[in-house]
Amino acid sequence: MAEKVLMKGNEAIAEAAIRAGCRHYFGYPITPQTEVAAYMAKRMPKIGGVFLQAESEVAAINMVYGVAASGKRVMTSSSSPGVSLKQEGISYIAGSDLPALIVNVQRGGPGLGGIQPSQSDYFQATKGGGHGDYHLIVLTPASVQEMADLTSLAFDLADKYRMPAMLLADGTMGQMMEPVLLPEEQVHTVAKPWAVTGTQNKRPHNIVNSLYLVPEELERTNEERFARYRQVEENEVRYESYCMEDADYCLVAFGIAARVSKNAVDALRRQGIKAGLIRPITVWPFPKAPIARAAEQVKAFISVELSMGQMIEDIRLAENCRKPVVLCSRAGGMIPTPEQIMQTVMEQNGGND
Amino acid sequence: MTTQILIAGFGGQGVLFVGKFLAYKGLLEGKQVSWLPSYGPEMRGGTANCSVILSDTPVGSPIVSKPDVLIALNLPSLDKYENAVVPGGMIFIDSTLIQRPVRRTDVTAVAIPVTALANQMGAPTLANMVMAGQLMRRCDAIAFDHVEDALKKVVSAKHADLFDINRKAIQTGYDYAD
Amino acid sequence: MAVVFEKPKSLTDAEFHYCPGCTHGIIHRLVAEAIDTLGIEGRTVGVAPVGCAVMAYNYFACDMVEAAHGRAPAVATGLKRSMPENIIFTYQGDGDLASIGMAETVHAATRNENITIIFVNNAIYGMTGGQMAPTSLPGQVTQTSPYGRDVATAGYPVKVCELLAALDGPTYITRVAVNNVKNVRNAKKAIEKAFRNQVEGKGFSLVEVVSSCPTNWGMTPQKALEWVETNMIPYYPLGVYKDKTAKEEA
Repeated sequence: MAEKVLMKGNEAIAEAAIRAGCRHYFGYPITPQTEVAAYMAKRMPKIGGVFLQAESEVAAINMVYGVAASGKRVMTSSSSPGVSLKQEGISYIAGSDLPALIVNVQRGGPGLGGIQPSQSDYFQATKGGGHGDYHLIVLTPASVQEMADLTSLAFDLADKYRMPAMLLADGTMGQMMEPVLLPEEQVHTVAKPWAVTGTQNKRPHNIVNSLYLVPEELERTNEERFARYRQVEENEVRYESYCMEDADYCLVAFGIAARVSKNAVDALRRQGIKAGLIRPITVWPFPKAPIARAAEQVKAFISVELSMGQMIEDIRLAENCRKPVVLCSRAGGMIPTPEQIMQTVMEQNGGND
Repeated sequence: MTTQILIAGFGGQGVLFVGKFLAYKGLLEGKQVSWLPSYGPEMRGGTANCSVILSDTPVGSPIVSKPDVLIALNLPSLDKYENAVVPGGMIFIDSTLIQRPVRRTDVTAVAIPVTALANQMGAPTLANMVMAGQLMRRCDAIAFDHVEDALKKVVSAKHADLFDINRKAIQTGYDYAD
Repeated sequence: MAVVFEKPKSLTDAEFHYCPGCTHGIIHRLVAEAIDTLGIEGRTVGVAPVGCAVMAYNYFACDMVEAAHGRAPAVATGLKRSMPENIIFTYQGDGDLASIGMAETVHAATRNENITIIFVNNAIYGMTGGQMAPTSLPGQVTQTSPYGRDVATAGYPVKVCELLAALDGPTYITRVAVNNVKNVRNAKKAIEKAFRNQVEGKGFSLVEVVSSCPTNWGMTPQKALEWVETNMIPYYPLGVYKDKTAKEEA
């Protein structure tokens, strides 16, 4: 029987990717995600896979584009400044309807920022990032187990919907160790008739492309893509609801912020304050429905973030201004404490009672 | 029950290693565990610290800001974290390197010359594991079992020759009574 | 009736969009002939650039990928690493390869990626309407060097073959031209060799093709070909700059 092992989050991503059939990794060193590259460098040559340290993040994402065009599972990983550099390639991958996995183990920004954990790439990840109309499926792990599980899921969803997926983690998730039950090896068998594997002189040539000079055609490709996005929104929203049954206050948080928030929920309930947590696991598609439902019930929402107020906008859109939404956040590599969250909730509690 | 442990010291004192040992030991005991290092340039030469949580229930935040147990392997670590320890908690200090006593009176203070004990053993880099032994003696939440199995997990195959000396360091710490 | 001349199988029936007198047509044909000769059409994947050849994917009958500006060597690296048995080529212009894509070019070369690069150097950005290229000659008038390229402020042209030949990595680096029949024949040989090298697993091959742009040079096609001879080739001497296979053969 498989046994739980203690693993760093970054290593769990790498091992889970290999077990999901990914044999191609391209990266460039950056803290705090370098363990992913180091793990791949060690393992890939032993299993007939490809590890290549590219000359830049820009080159790495374009190598990903090349492998994705060939129909194979492929990934890259980086941290915030490096992910900014990858945006051009991500837009091309989305525009060419190719599956691929991009991992962002976020650090504080903007600019060179810092190296401590952050969630300040939320807008970039969920609202586009590069140019043009497109989305990524964005998964946000809150444990080392989820670093592994959501990596597998990201590959599957990317293949299923022919679109890039992003694992949006942070430095804490990357660096921490927790017991993890690694997923079984899987062989993916999604047919990819569009892949450029050579015509073998048996079919017309395939073209992987995002250029459409005729506006009507380009509009049509956008509309087709968004029809697929609607399916993703209908079928792939994932979230965890914690103590929400009777909650008066709804914390909304993902990743490390959700971990801290759970502690705050428990502590608040010990003091008789009915707090609950909605933890988005996908931030695109965003779990709008549970938040809209919660708006019927709770007195206020608290967006707990490692950023200056980004996800809060999606919460407001989802709850449609029915209840106050307040921000509880730290930035620049700082992490909110349970006490800070409790304080924010109690201020709301005082205001409403 | 949840035990939040903060281990702090200079880079090179094996702060992360002993944390990993304790986490693996917890895992083998069927506990929920998390291990979170400080990371970045401060790991080299500056202070390193590591949060370890052992719990019977799922671990919430992996960040230990109010430790039940503080292990301070140098003075800056004691200065920085002494006041963060919860009332009724425990503070373990390396009395070879830390000249002052623990000032808090609402905690259990354990001063043990782990560096000196490790030097006596001829294993000056294993003060951390001597401390782990003492921790198991004094802290009810951390039993003296699964020691060898946990060590096997954290002493890599490449350094298998260091297994016995690690084991001995833990025993030395466990046997130490002042 | 005997067929004396026909379109290579590796070209589609799509009509080229290139300007009258443009040499892209010749170079496309040479690439397609090389693919036909080697019998590799069914396993070849081409990478189109951004620039005048952006729609090369419509003209080559093999599978094609359209890359972002300058990134074709990185895309080709991904394709080759995931499909080592396939034949991967890029087709790039001077702005694409020697300006925005310089890092990708140099690093694919230094890794000796087993790919083939066809580099069309006509000393100007054609598609955007005639701006200064990294290979525009000193004094050359373009839309963005209206007083002639001033090397004091715009620097000197990049000599790609000379630069890449200084690396230990690449296998075959050569410069040819397509301004007259003799040069076209030599270009054909060089392009074929660059593909054969890949088929034989020998590594990175780059053929720089000194080319013309009558439209943006503001010349008749004939005059442009003369300008290649009198201005381009003296600055960009034709010849083999590096050939590891020659040593093997010797």
